[in-house]
This record gives sequence, C-alpha cells and structure tokens, in this order.
Amino acid sequence: MFLKIQDVNKQFVNQKEASTVLSDINLEINEGEFVSILGPSGCGKSTLLSIVAGLTKPTSGEILLNGQQITKPGKDRGMVFQQAALFPWMTVEENVMFPLRKEMKKKEAREVAHQFLQKVQLSNYTKHSPHELSGGMQQRVAIARALSMNPKVLLMDEPFGALDEQTRSRLHHELEKIWLETKKTILFVTHSISESIKLSDRIIVMGTRPGVILEDIKVQIPRPRANHPQMTAKLEEKIMGLLQTEIDKVVKEELAYAANN
Amino acid sequence: MRPTIKRIIFFAIIILVWQGIVRMLGISASLMPAPTDVFEALAQGFADKTLIYDILASFRRLAIGLVIAIVLGVGLGILLAKNKTADETLGTLILALQSVPSIVWLPIAIMWFGLNEKAVTFIVILGGTLVMTINMRIGIKNVSPLYIKAAQTMGSRGLDLFAKVIFPASVPYAVTGARLAWAFAWRALMAGEILSTGPGLGYTLKYASDFGNMKLVIGIMIIIGVIGTIMDIVFFQRVEKNVLRRWGLETNS
Repeated sequence: MFLKIQDVNKQFVNQKEASTVLSDINLEINEGEFVSILGPSGCGKSTLLSIVAGLTKPTSGEILLNGQQITKPGKDRGMVFQQAALFPWMTVEENVMFPLRKEMKKKEAREVAHQFLQKVQLSNYTKHSPHELSGGMQQRVAIARALSMNPKVLLMDEPFGALDEQTRSRLHHELEKIWLETKKTILFVTHSISESIKLSDRIIVMGTRPGVILEDIKVQIPRPRANHPQMTAKLEEKIMGLLQTEIDKVVKEELAYAANN
Repeated sequence: MRPTIKRIIFFAIIILVWQGIVRMLGISASLMPAPTDVFEALAQGFADKTLIYDILASFRRLAIGLVIAIVLGVGLGILLAKNKTADETLGTLILALQSVPSIVWLPIAIMWFGLNEKAVTFIVILGGTLVMTINMRIGIKNVSPLYIKAAQTMGSRGLDLFAKVIFPASVPYAVTGARLAWAFAWRALMAGEILSTGPGLGYTLKYASDFGNMKLVIGIMIIIGVIGTIMDIVFFQRVEKNVLRRWGLETNS
C-alpha cells in the first residue's frame, strides 16, 4: 500500500478537559489516486492532513508512506494551505525555487521553477512580487512550489476555500489537468461536496465529535465530470444525506454552547 | 491644493505672526528674538562654518551610536524571542530600563568614561538599543505560523528556517524598531550634548544660552527639529511604507 493511515487517534488537552479530534482513523490510499477528505467543520479533517504532513503528531497510531513511518515534515509530501503562504520578500520565481535551493544549482532550480510556473500558466509573472498577484494566482504559485520539489503526495488543505466562485472553478479545471498530467497522489481536504465530486476518485466522508470516517465512496463518474450532471447530482444527494445528521449535530452543539455562555 | 503648498503657507503665516508680535510689542531679543534675528544668527553660523561642524559632529556620534544600538537590539531581540528564560529575566529588565529616560544615565556615564564623546555615545546607544530590542522581539514572535509550517513542509528547519524565513518575515518590525531607535537616539544625543561637551548642536546651544544668545538658541532648536523631521519623513517613513506594502501588511498604498 502506498499511503497507509493506521489506527490514528488525536486528542487535544486544554486546561479543563481532553477532547478527541480523531478517533481510530484507518485509511489506505493507492499511488496516483485523487482522494478527497470531506466533512463539516470541526471533524478533524485538517488535523488529519497536518498529521500526514508531519506538522502534527498523532496521540497514537502511525502513518506509513511507502512502508516508511512519518515522523516529521519532509519534501516527499508537498503541502498547499488555504492561504498561499508565499514569502513576500521573495519574487514568485524565488518562492518556487525555495524548496529546490539545497539540492540544485541556482540555474537548474530556476529552470525547474519556470517549468512548473508554466504548468500553472504564470510564466509571465516570474519576477513579480506575491503582493502584486491576485488570490487565485498566488494559490497557483503555491501549487507550483509544492509540485516543483516532486513530492510523492500532494496534500491540499481547502486550497480554494478563500477564492471566489469563478476563480475556484477555473482552478478546479487546472488542478484536474495537472493531476492527469503528473499522476500525483493527491489528498484533498474540503467541506464542499460538489468540489469533492468534481475532482476526486474517492471521497472519504468524515463525521464529527469525534472525527471518524463515515464512508469511503468511490466516484465512478467519467471525467470530465461536468458532462454528467445527473450522476453528479445523485451522488451529491447521497453525500448530503450522510452529512445532514453530522451538520445537525454541530448546529445543536453550537447552540448549546451559546446558551451556556 | 497640494499638501506642500498648504505647509508652506502655514509656516509662512507662523513666521509672519511671530515677527509681527515681537516687533509690535518690542520684546527684547534676549527674551524672544524675531525670526529675522534668528535667520541672521543661522546665516552667520553657517557662514563661519561652526554650525556645519556642529551638525557633522552630532551626526557622527549619532551614526556610531545608532549602528551599535541596532546591531545590539537585533541580537538581544532575537535572544528574548527565542529563549523563554532570557525573556522572563532579561526581558523584564529591558522593559524596566525602557521606562528610564536614557539621559539620567549621563552622570554615571561621565564617571565611567569621562566628560567626553564616549559618555554621550553611551547614552545614544542606550536610547536606541532598548526600543530596537523590544520591536525585534515582537517581530520574531509575530512571524505567521503559516510561513513556518510552509517552510517546514519544504524541508527547512533549524538555522536555515530562522535565517531564510523567520528573520526576513520579521523585517517590518525591525524597520519600525530602527525608526523608533533613531528618534530615541536623536533625543538622547541632544540632551547628552547639552549636559556634557562638544562639538555638537546641543553643546553649541548650551554655549549660546550661557552667553544669552537666544537668536542662536532658537536657530539651533529649529535645526534640530528640521533634521528630525527630514530623517523621519524622507527616510524612515518611506522605507517603512515600502516594506509594509511589499510584505503585504498594508493593502492600499
């Protein structure tokens, strides 16, 4: 198995009590698969991704990538966050070169950076500062930066969540194209049902408090999915039904919290 | 109307009113000299080059003191931000010292270094270092965790993470720190020079005052104010604005 998440539990302890964020998560992902992790806010999906990235330690359980246990962040797992997280004191090109600077000569790193910036259609912006770019363009640079170090897995934490609808739709298209070209394994966290159906081979639906896997759905709709609106709508309805009880749970808890404070 | 024109009119009115009041009431020049007298004293000072030497001497001290203060402040700020024990001990001391105006150190500085440039430079360093330290510390502490996380996923850690990400990310605070350090150091320098020795603007001001030469006293006060304003507006504010825009901390220019 390529990426294996085994018996992962995560608890956060604050002053008063320990809260379980993830409970017994088991998941196996094949090489080249596009997998979405879908769930309502607070289900721990971002925490799970952060554990795979090596930025957060699980309370128990382990993650294996190609049989090797993950203990810390590494270049074999590229990450794209909700905010582009580009370094403002560097140009676009220098940002993409950042993960390459140790193993390559400058000239070689620049060539690789340009190659990936071309992939996200930003080759005209290499010398620009990040603040001169729109949010969608910044996010494309972040994707190029993560891809440039040739990771085994691309981790994406609601990467299009902060963008407007039109930009998001364009980036879905671009991401799908990149994925078809590179055949990277992608782990994609989202709370949007339609986004997960549009993009992924598999959808892992998570429930909340504690975070558990509710269902592992294979998406059998042929790509491009926009050509099959009926099948998409049917699947969307099914997932909506799965999540409705979870969303109700969150709403109820939040109301109770508000009432007590 | 452009701001520059508004300013010119404003200052022209002040000078006219000032001149009018002094002349009409016949106030003695040893109490309040008229602008024309002040201008005359300044013209003479620049003609015989004494004021030019004073400005250069003051700037030399300020430059030496400020460079040392900024280097020390950056170092101490990093130490406080990175080491919890240092922050809890030395950090408290620095906050306490910050509330003591640096000029009150002058008597002890004169005992240590003698009545000379070193004592004044010491005051200048002290004035700049503390505020630089405090800003640098905040700058390092306020680096967005997102930058750090992103860098970690790209294989950066330890010293590399600090030098390539954390330090550059804190630059906006360092620039603000340097601007404040300059302001504190400039005030400390003038006070130090008045109370100790010259050459320097502060010393010449004291000297003029001892001889009742109020024309020169006010002339030098104006020079001090003008230099301070020019440094702040022309240099520091411009640098600060550019850095803030580039670092994406200011959305509209």
